[in-house]
Amino acid sequence: MRAADAIVKALEKEGVKHIFGIPGGAIIEVYDALFDSEIVHILTRHEQAAVHAADGYARATGRVGVAFATSGPGATNTVTGIATAYMDSSPVVVMTGQVPRSLIGNDAFQEADITGITMPITKHNYLVTDEKELLRIIKEAFYIARTGRPGPVLIDLPKDVTIADIEFDYPEKVDLPGYKPKYAGHPRQIKRAAELIMKAERPIILAGGGVILSNASEELVKLAETIPAFVVTSLMGKGAIPETHPLSLGFIGMHGAKYANYAVQESDLIIAVGVRFSDRTTGKVSSFAPNAKIIHIDIDPAEIGKNVRVDVPIVGDAKLVLRELIKHIQYKRRKEWEDKVNEWRRKYPLRYKRDGKLKPQYVIEKLYELAPDAIVTTEVGQNQMWAAQYFKVKYPRQFITSGGLGTMGFGFPAAIGVKTAFPDKTVVDIAGDGSFLMNIQELATCVDYGIDVKVFILNNAFLGMVRQWQQLFYDERYSQTCLLCKEMSFEKIAEGFGAVGMTVERESEVEDAIKEALSIDAPVVVDFRVDRLENVYPMVPAGAALNEIIDEEV
Amino acid sequence: MRHTLAALVENKPGVLAKVAGLFRRRGFNIESLAVGITEKPQISRMTIVVDGDDKTIEQVTKQLNKLIEVLKVSDVTKNSVERELALVKVNATPQTRGEIIEIANIFRGRIVDVARDSFIIEITGDEDKINAFIDLMRQYGIKEVARTGKIAMQRGSKALE
Ligand SMILES: Cc1ncc(C[n+]2csc(CCOP(=O)(O)OP(=O)(O)O)c2C)c(N)n1
Repeated sequence: MRAADAIVKALEKEGVKHIFGIPGGAIIEVYDALFDSEIVHILTRHEQAAVHAADGYARATGRVGVAFATSGPGATNTVTGIATAYMDSSPVVVMTGQVPRSLIGNDAFQEADITGITMPITKHNYLVTDEKELLRIIKEAFYIARTGRPGPVLIDLPKDVTIADIEFDYPEKVDLPGYKPKYAGHPRQIKRAAELIMKAERPIILAGGGVILSNASEELVKLAETIPAFVVTSLMGKGAIPETHPLSLGFIGMHGAKYANYAVQESDLIIAVGVRFSDRTTGKVSSFAPNAKIIHIDIDPAEIGKNVRVDVPIVGDAKLVLRELIKHIQYKRRKEWEDKVNEWRRKYPLRYKRDGKLKPQYVIEKLYELAPDAIVTTEVGQNQMWAAQYFKVKYPRQFITSGGLGTMGFGFPAAIGVKTAFPDKTVVDIAGDGSFLMNIQELATCVDYGIDVKVFILNNAFLGMVRQWQQLFYDERYSQTCLLCKEMSFEKIAEGFGAVGMTVERESEVEDAIKEALSIDAPVVVDFRVDRLENVYPMVPAGAALNEIIDEEV
Repeated sequence: MRHTLAALVENKPGVLAKVAGLFRRRGFNIESLAVGITEKPQISRMTIVVDGDDKTIEQVTKQLNKLIEVLKVSDVTKNSVERELALVKVNATPQTRGEIIEIANIFRGRIVDVARDSFIIEITGDEDKINAFIDLMRQYGIKEVARTGKIAMQRGSKALE
């Protein structure tokens, strides 16, 4: 059978239902094979968007997302998408075309050493040099992408390999002697952790994206209720516990609520689950939770002890470890601590100034009120932080954001991936004007395929987050952050692509506009012209401790 | 402190680049890296000398272990036999030849090439011995030195893998 047909058949065997990509000469055989397949291919308008869409699809479903690109420029366009997936441990398989084997290394037309380029940003990658290894490689790629700590895997396919004639003997098993993820936690360590928890007076659970990746939310909530302990999350951990749960304090870090950051700093024990202690989460590491012992549960041994000192390390899958851990814990009420945290919650709520101008926070509050079950993706910048602060996530995989790489342009194509996976769900990309411009061409994809996502632009006509830093730390020298979008109409641009466009200038129009946007059965872009100089508060400046917080008088 | 790590890796193209890339990207400093195949042709052994505190070495080891092609990593700093091979090309005049041969003999080196006005001397040993030898040769004028980097193996019957 032609190798290209075998590739498509292998993808079918892996349960692939959707692929995002753009064809080209080097991968044309595979596209030819795809023509006869049940697999739905979505032609994005940029390869970066194809990978973000596959990534969004993976984050929303927990299944492997798949993206295709041709060699050279097609392949290099995938790099930002791959790096984004890598930083957030998202299971994505990217297949790229490559020039024929005989031309590799000759600077042939559209040749790029994509396996070399993506080495530091893939969990693993392959250049298929022998067609006999092709099916084994595909099998391994999917296995590696979704097991252990998930991540992107790239397969580079020389054109002549895709034309070769091979037998379709798809392997049942993988044999990877150097890859043995450890799922069960060490029983003695789990007991030690339980002992520390029982002794603690001010325990806090810190949940990260790993909880969501391992589908361990139920166990996490149960642990929190059993101890009982308040739960904070990283940005990636949003949704690990319903944020409406009385024990949830939301996310911590640079723009976390004051009470959440205080609770971490004052705790005497942190139970960290599937979180990698990024600098945006911990603030200044040397002053992070100075009096707390730390239990760290993670499937990746390299995360343990990488950024913070750990007292009890437990390597394993969050779901399995939490199940065991819960067995060793008895309910013990810590009244004093509970009262203290609740007092902070009362004293320092998230808040913003209401001065008659259209506030971005208000838009998100309204969205949350009207569509609390919507799956929300975000772009990067202030929009992302306001979304994280004001959209109270109810269930895992409901909030999809580029946490690790902070990729502007991620949210919109990711929303396309999410909507493809869940056509019946409301999917909203909360965007900044700058970020939306980075993959705006995907409006064509949405219109073409009837992918009914909503883009809510919090349009401040600035690269807002950078402008905020310039205001606070660079004497209001707004170097290259003004986008002057007021003279540009996102409404008209949307219409130009064949989507629906709306513009909202006043607070009083917000509710109706959102209702209308959500009711229209088409892709909709709503341009919310928000207060241009609104800032994200509270804020822990980069390099400061979590309790050194800048806030605004309201 | 300097640590010597031994890693068994799959003998495949790109693996060395992956290991070297990992060190560069994470800011670990490799002092030496020696690679060769083992008794099993599909497996290579790398001996990596890294300078760093315990925390760095722990990270290096864990990050290496994350690479799919890395089968095993072991810290062999303690209680091991360590060797390096060097080829030293040194000036040799009729007046100095005798002395050089004598020093080479003391170091159990071998003269593997003789030209009209130079020798190539092959020498193996631990790093200190090779450094000492090279130092002694300086007085005659060294033209060229090639060193393999360190390889190491722990004493006793215990084996990696
Ligand atoms: C691809 C990319 N380029 C640059 C940045 C740096 N950056 C972070 S936030 C930001 C501004 C984002 O502006 P906008 O999308 O308008 O959102 P706002 O902050 O105004 O909500 C920039 C430029 C980035 N994160 N990603």
